[in-house]
Amino acid sequence: MEFLNPKNLLSFLKENLKDNILDSHIATGKAGIKEEEFYNIWLEVKKEKFRDTVKLLMSLHYPHIAIIVGNDTGESIDLTYLFTLFYGEKFKEISLNLKVSLEREKPSIDSITDLLPGAQTTEREIKEMFGVEFIGLPEMRNIFLPEDFPKDVFPLRKEQKGLDELVQQES
Amino acid sequence: MSKTTYKIPIGPIHPSLAEPMTFNFEITGERIERVDLVPGDNHRGIEFMGRNRNIIQIIYLAERICGICSASHPYAFCRAVENAAGIEVPPRAEYIRVIIAELERIQSHILWAGIAAEELGFNSVLYLSWKVREEVLDLLELLTGNRINYGMFMIGGVRRDITEEHLPRIRKTLDYYKETYQTLENVFLKDPSIAIRTKNVGILTYEQALHLASVGPTARASGIKKDIRQDQPYSAYADMDIKAITPDFFTGEVKGDVFDRIIVRILEVAQSVEIIEYCLDNLPEGDIVSEPKLAKLLAVLKKAKGEGVGRHEAPRGEAIHYIKLNESENPEVWRARAPTYNNLMSWIPMLQGQEIADIPIVTASIDPCIGCMDRVTLVESKTNQQQVLTREDLIKLSIAKTRRMMK
Repeated sequence: MEFLNPKNLLSFLKENLKDNILDSHIATGKAGIKEEEFYNIWLEVKKEKFRDTVKLLMSLHYPHIAIIVGNDTGESIDLTYLFTLFYGEKFKEISLNLKVSLEREKPSIDSITDLLPGAQTTEREIKEMFGVEFIGLPEMRNIFLPEDFPKDVFPLRKEQKGLDELVQQES
Repeated sequence: MSKTTYKIPIGPIHPSLAEPMTFNFEITGERIERVDLVPGDNHRGIEFMGRNRNIIQIIYLAERICGICSASHPYAFCRAVENAAGIEVPPRAEYIRVIIAELERIQSHILWAGIAAEELGFNSVLYLSWKVREEVLDLLELLTGNRINYGMFMIGGVRRDITEEHLPRIRKTLDYYKETYQTLENVFLKDPSIAIRTKNVGILTYEQALHLASVGPTARASGIKKDIRQDQPYSAYADMDIKAITPDFFTGEVKGDVFDRIIVRILEVAQSVEIIEYCLDNLPEGDIVSEPKLAKLLAVLKKAKGEGVGRHEAPRGEAIHYIKLNESENPEVWRARAPTYNNLMSWIPMLQGQEIADIPIVTASIDPCIGCMDRVTLVESKTNQQQVLTREDLIKLSIAKTRRMMK
């Protein structure tokens, strides 16, 4: 494995993905008295190229997936995958936050559990909380919600106001 | 073939603490063939609650995600907000944060060691290790006012200073742990009866840990050198040279079994003592918070726009928080993830092929806060008979196995 610095990493991705990258920037943080720098790369790609982006990352280093962040903006469901690459040495690690925007009506995206099995828990959670369909996800049961939870209610979407209202609707 | 179901508790936003959790086992005789995890019995919807709170209120909510690593979540949350809003933290606060976080690591690892001993049937070791743990809890109470839920963290710094009067008391605690460390090592790492129950049990290989995105001591015990304090250091960690601890430091090899997980945690206690000593020796002078007036701070946060990620190496692994601010009172998105969430899947390869009597120690080995393990249902599928094992029964089985092996 070769450690890349964030600029090289980003230009590597830009070379390969070209105009499939919708937005990208490097956020620099400072740490300690010596104010050494650490980096977060924020990247947004087209939904069609999302799997290819993950494969590209895998060609560099096996990425660690922390979690998927879901955001219901009212117009779309935005997912941000928090990855880290190049861990193992001081200040070499880069956080890569990969965003992809899905249409709100029927959000769906390819599952990456065949590439990164560790993504299963978080994909299942996003599935039940935001109603996103992950194509190819091997385990379709609810993970945190009870099995008898209404199938058309997604608790973390913006229109949900909490349990009280939900109970009233049901009864 | 028969089936087993038992409930185990893990934490708040799924991860670490006091959350009931169901395991469905398929067993042949004493061997576990298949494991199915069903968490979620205690999902509290903390991220949802955060939508109706302002940023400063969320710090206290985040603190209550976990009762044992109650510095980790506010730490990661504050870093996420500082990252999103571009708030700088004074160096003295960065050092105090690290001191509190490392004191917490000491108490958490010793607490875990005690629980592990209890799972194996060594109740005296449980009481002795928790007695050792009291020292650091007393110190935390002195420094922060509380034994848990310290309330130390604030956006842009900390809420209480460490004064000159505190220093001798902190050093006394560090000396105490330096003296006690050898005993801990003798009891947990050199005692043959702990070794026979934990060596070659609950193995998680390097590849499995990598593919299942394990974090913290669970990943390090499998040989993955992943520790945020080393990889992407922050606060005072950036000024130190911290190495991720893997079991080969002690035994010269990595097996990824339960014993390796004990090694990592015990060695990390010594590492934490060193880190705190460094912080005390190099504690910078200055402010402890960038904006002491909360109303002013809130006004700044209300105008902030942007997204940020905050990470902290909690005792159980990486705690990561994401926040999106959108020029309003409440955050647009707040996402919290505790380490057990990622370590959940690691249980499956660890438990497959093990004996029922090893369930308690293997599940405890990822340190999931097993406070209220409920019960196990064994289903004999040939006769379809159901038999419910309580936590006490399971521990009895585990103790009986230890006794048998010691003969």
